[in-house]
Amino acid sequence: MVFATESYLAANDRPTKISIRNVFKVFGDRPDKALDLLKAGKSKAEIHAATGCTIGVNNATFDIRAGEIFVIMGLSGSGKSTMLRLINRLIEPTAGSIEVDGRNVATMPRSELIALRRRDISMVFQSFALLPNRTVIDNAAFGLEVAGVAETERKARACAALQAVGLDGYDDSRIDQLSGGMKQRVGLARALAGEPTVLLMDEAFSALDPLIRTEMQDELVRLQAEHSRTIVFVSHDLDEAMRIGDRICIMQNGEVVQVGTPDEIVLKPANDYVRSFFRNVDVSQVFRAGDVARKTQVTIIERQGVSAAAALERMEHYDRDVAIILGRDKTYHGMVSRNSLIETTRDGARDPYRQAFLPDIEPIPASESLSNVLGKVAASAFPLPVIDEANRYLGSISKSALLETLDRTA
Amino acid sequence: MTFDIGDGVDSAVNYILDNFAPLLDLIASAIGAVANGIQSALLATPTSVGLAIFVLLSLWRVGFGFAAFTAVSLWLVDHMGLWSAMMETLSLVLASTLVAMLIGLPLGIAMARSNKVAAIVRPLLDLMQTMPAFVYLIPAAMFFGLGAVPGTIATVIFSMPPVVRLTNLGIRQVHAEFIEAGNAFGCTAMQLLFKVQLPNALPSIMAGINQTIMLALSMVVIASMIGAGGIGNTVLTGIQRLDVGTGFEGGIAVVILAVILDRITQSLGKERAAPWRGLFRRQAQQPVASTATA
Repeated sequence: MVFATESYLAANDRPTKISIRNVFKVFGDRPDKALDLLKAGKSKAEIHAATGCTIGVNNATFDIRAGEIFVIMGLSGSGKSTMLRLINRLIEPTAGSIEVDGRNVATMPRSELIALRRRDISMVFQSFALLPNRTVIDNAAFGLEVAGVAETERKARACAALQAVGLDGYDDSRIDQLSGGMKQRVGLARALAGEPTVLLMDEAFSALDPLIRTEMQDELVRLQAEHSRTIVFVSHDLDEAMRIGDRICIMQNGEVVQVGTPDEIVLKPANDYVRSFFRNVDVSQVFRAGDVARKTQVTIIERQGVSAAAALERMEHYDRDVAIILGRDKTYHGMVSRNSLIETTRDGARDPYRQAFLPDIEPIPASESLSNVLGKVAASAFPLPVIDEANRYLGSISKSALLETLDRTA
Repeated sequence: MTFDIGDGVDSAVNYILDNFAPLLDLIASAIGAVANGIQSALLATPTSVGLAIFVLLSLWRVGFGFAAFTAVSLWLVDHMGLWSAMMETLSLVLASTLVAMLIGLPLGIAMARSNKVAAIVRPLLDLMQTMPAFVYLIPAAMFFGLGAVPGTIATVIFSMPPVVRLTNLGIRQVHAEFIEAGNAFGCTAMQLLFKVQLPNALPSIMAGINQTIMLALSMVVIASMIGAGGIGNTVLTGIQRLDVGTGFEGGIAVVILAVILDRITQSLGKERAAPWRGLFRRQAQQPVASTATA
């Protein structure tokens, strides 16, 4: 599990892969008229009454960065599946530009579009959309077959893709002999076989039962760790979005309401619609300790020759009861309180910090789910420090910060 | 006020006869080659071999019970002295089904791809199915003379609509997600047709071909009026001489052929393992447990 904060920082540096600018999709016979009315500020209902057209996507503008899992979320009818299909032009946009690697998909000629779909963009479907007249391996090899790859090579590549999704040994099985989870593995293998740089996933795991769904999400994150692709994942499930998404885009009535990291979405929801997603969510399950940890406590780098007096001075200045003692590489060493530090300095200890470490403080791993942390934080008199796998200090969780998180999202 | 459409049709027929004779001859010789080729092949096959082929086909595609029925009923036809008449009829049915498929499948595909084509073709199909056969039997005979050729053409007109309609329907009913998947992976229009649409429309298309064969069989008596021959002649003779017995024998032979063709062609549309296939079924084809995931 990567920490949201870390991956976000890394993600910020990534180049833009897909750039969506002022994209509109109008369904109906008179899209131009509807578009004019839309730009004149008319409501969807008025436009439907005047033209019979419905607005699928309304002025969407956002960027998807290379190598991130970008989740498009929204209720049904919010335009999220339409948005996804605009990226590979399964649905023709009415206006706007959709650039993949700097080339505008919306205006490219058909032959170029077909080449792009064969080489760069593949798709996984909610209902699997596996061809029932083909065996598992022929389904997995479908994209390569269409692209004209010779039989032996495409079989080998399809075979490798099936192995990558953990489905070897079923090559010659028929599709109707597979369970839902296995079918979607075939769907994933079919999408991966062509080694695309962009993977579009339309509610890919929604048709699976919850256990298999979680398993497939982990599988996707694992695959993503091996080969970094740009994944655009449509979902209506916040838990799923939080679990796998580097960034989340929330759509409402065809409009993009908010784009941000899971943290940003939860902590600073743009409006009540966004907030409404969290009503049914058990945040203590969604969040991990690392997501809630805040660097609000005083930290002190442990160095030879720096006296405890300076530390005491800073704690008083910031009005804090405790301070976190770190190594130069930001590794967590321990936590001291003002009282413990005063006592050890009074005793004239040779190593004031070490002897002042509060004995009951256990640092919390960042990947710990919040539900496991609640009890510890509640029982402790002090904020609890949170560390990553390399023992580096990430921040601490205080009672008040925890309550605030739970309250904001409940 | 009255219109005289009949006069117009008369002069149109005469005009075609006067000006398109070479084209008509070409069509006649092409269809004649197909029909006569099939007919001479079937008639050259010894009765015992033909019977064995039918029984084996029944066994393979349908099952033991039906194979037994085929054996007994064909033995009966042979002993009524109608074997060669039945082969003539079968060749007429096969030739006209072949022609109907050659025209009907592309037409059905065109209908599925374009609503305009569908709107034009659909009333034509209605016309072909409801226009009494005798009405076009006479111009068919005028254009192509008597014999197997006009018989085949008249049969094609009457029996083609189902294969066109069901090809169209089958392609249109292919799940939208399959089409999306095909497009998403970069299919050209042709690839989409041959790799996605036609394979998934196959059961429907096969049902159309089955119906076309059945309709072709129902034309045999009428087609024999213009010299197409076959069991139709037997029935016709029975009717003309008021010989109920002969007519009945011919009728029974038509029914037997219809049942055998129906069951065998129906089985082509679906996957069915023949009785002995189970012995060789591979382990991998057994349904796998639904919870098995890697």
